[in-house]
Amino acid sequence: MPAPEIVATLETRFSATPFALGVEIPKDSLLTALRTLRDAHGYRYYVLGTGTEGETSFEVTHAVRNLESNDTLFVKVSVPKDAPEVDSIAFVYAGAEWQEREIWDLFGVTFKAHPDLRRILMPDDYPGHPLRKSFAMDTPWGYRKAEAQAPEAGS
Amino acid sequence: MSGGPIEVVERDFGELALNMGPQHPSTHGVLRLILHLSGETVIKAIPVIGYLHRGVEKLSEHLAYDQLAPVYERDDYLAPTANSNAYVLAVERLGAIAVPRRAQWLRAFVSEWQRVSSHLVWLGTLGLDLGGALGGGTTLYMYCFREREKILDFLEELTGTRFHTNFNLVGGVRYDLDAAMVAKSNALAASVEAALPEFWAMSGGNPIFQERTRNVGVISKDLAMGVGITGPTLRASGINYDVRKAAPYDAYDELPFEVVTRTAGDAEARFQVRMEEIGVSLKLVRTIANGLPTGPIFTRKPLKNPKATKLPKGEVYAAVESPRGELGFHIVSDGSARPYRLKINAPSFKNLQIVPHILPGGLVADVVAILGSLDPVLGDVDR
Repeated sequence: MPAPEIVATLETRFSATPFALGVEIPKDSLLTALRTLRDAHGYRYYVLGTGTEGETSFEVTHAVRNLESNDTLFVKVSVPKDAPEVDSIAFVYAGAEWQEREIWDLFGVTFKAHPDLRRILMPDDYPGHPLRKSFAMDTPWGYRKAEAQAPEAGS
Repeated sequence: MSGGPIEVVERDFGELALNMGPQHPSTHGVLRLILHLSGETVIKAIPVIGYLHRGVEKLSEHLAYDQLAPVYERDDYLAPTANSNAYVLAVERLGAIAVPRRAQWLRAFVSEWQRVSSHLVWLGTLGLDLGGALGGGTTLYMYCFREREKILDFLEELTGTRFHTNFNLVGGVRYDLDAAMVAKSNALAASVEAALPEFWAMSGGNPIFQERTRNVGVISKDLAMGVGITGPTLRASGINYDVRKAAPYDAYDELPFEVVTRTAGDAEARFQVRMEEIGVSLKLVRTIANGLPTGPIFTRKPLKNPKATKLPKGEVYAAVESPRGELGFHIVSDGSARPYRLKINAPSFKNLQIVPHILPGGLVADVVAILGSLDPVLGDVDR
């Protein structure tokens, strides 16, 4: 359960809306909110980053933890599907770097100012984003035969 | 050859990119590291993962809640029940499903046995990685696997499977422990415990081993928190965080045990934390086996159709302390019989992320020691 006073602070400062695990905040205040959480409230431990596909938007969720008070807070932003882009927090929490790469890889949400936004689980030249609901389970996964090599001269 | 000083010619070869893996014996599975070297010093390390990506999270969205637990046992294949344990905890928390007390103790019991067996694999393979330093390395590996084999035999007798025990069910566990098995567990704990000093003498007590691991791959407290490394790796950097204590699940709020920590943050500290954890877990399995509460192990109504269990709408996060660290499941439910979205917070994924931060500046030989001390399981990294 997230600490009520932190949730209240985020509500007044960033007009956040609380849910069971934490708060949902406007997309533009993500970076400031997490920086505040890290520097002023002691949420210095990065737990996880994940994405969820909604009707018209993707939800990008980061979870951070205050190890002293043992409190885990989920911070969620909603990213519109027609322009799926949100600030990267990899410079606030180093651990977000790979998690954001994973969200980009599997959902196709891009992260502004990410240090190294490449695919992480799928092959580099993979065309789709497999965790989108529009990606069917039976999509061919793109096995390519190695190109036939010309026989060496003289053999 | 005539006398006179030997002339040493030093040549600068510039930067060399070396591919380590994905098929390399010391990368513990299919991990590829692109190492940029200057001579023998690493200047940049780029891990490449995904070779074992099976899309478990996508698959989760197409199976029913009661079908899913065994799927996750294939993720971290050295400690399978930890995965299913975290999953059933999340489902039980969201669905407010009660778990009998005896089942909670049994979950902790199997988890702790698997922690011992997983740490033994880690110790054995670390011995292989450091190879020559330990008299060929294979000796320690074989000794560790001998003890682990006994644990797997015990689990086979308990559950019918050596490895992917399929022990956890939503709402309880599948197999019970009788008096004969309790006696067997206690005897096994004693026999593994008796082998530990020998393992210590071959590894931690060996001066060459110490030389290879001390002050190698140091992870500072701040870096550890920012990257979010977890488990023994985190505790070796002086942070006392163990999910079993911080957010008790199963029977851990009733069980006495100590969290092992070190402050050095180097490969040796991580080694020491895991070594001591084996002892702690062996004490725990004894406490659990001897103090097991009576009662049923599964109290849900028998399922006519396992595909029909529905969970209320909502979001939940539940985590366990797997041998590699905090293993969490974040489930988003839309009220149907299948997860709408399921994210596995895999400890190996987070621990491996520290690699580009700590390898530069070290030698190629240290890369192997550092990777071994992080104990990543690639099935867990790639999911």
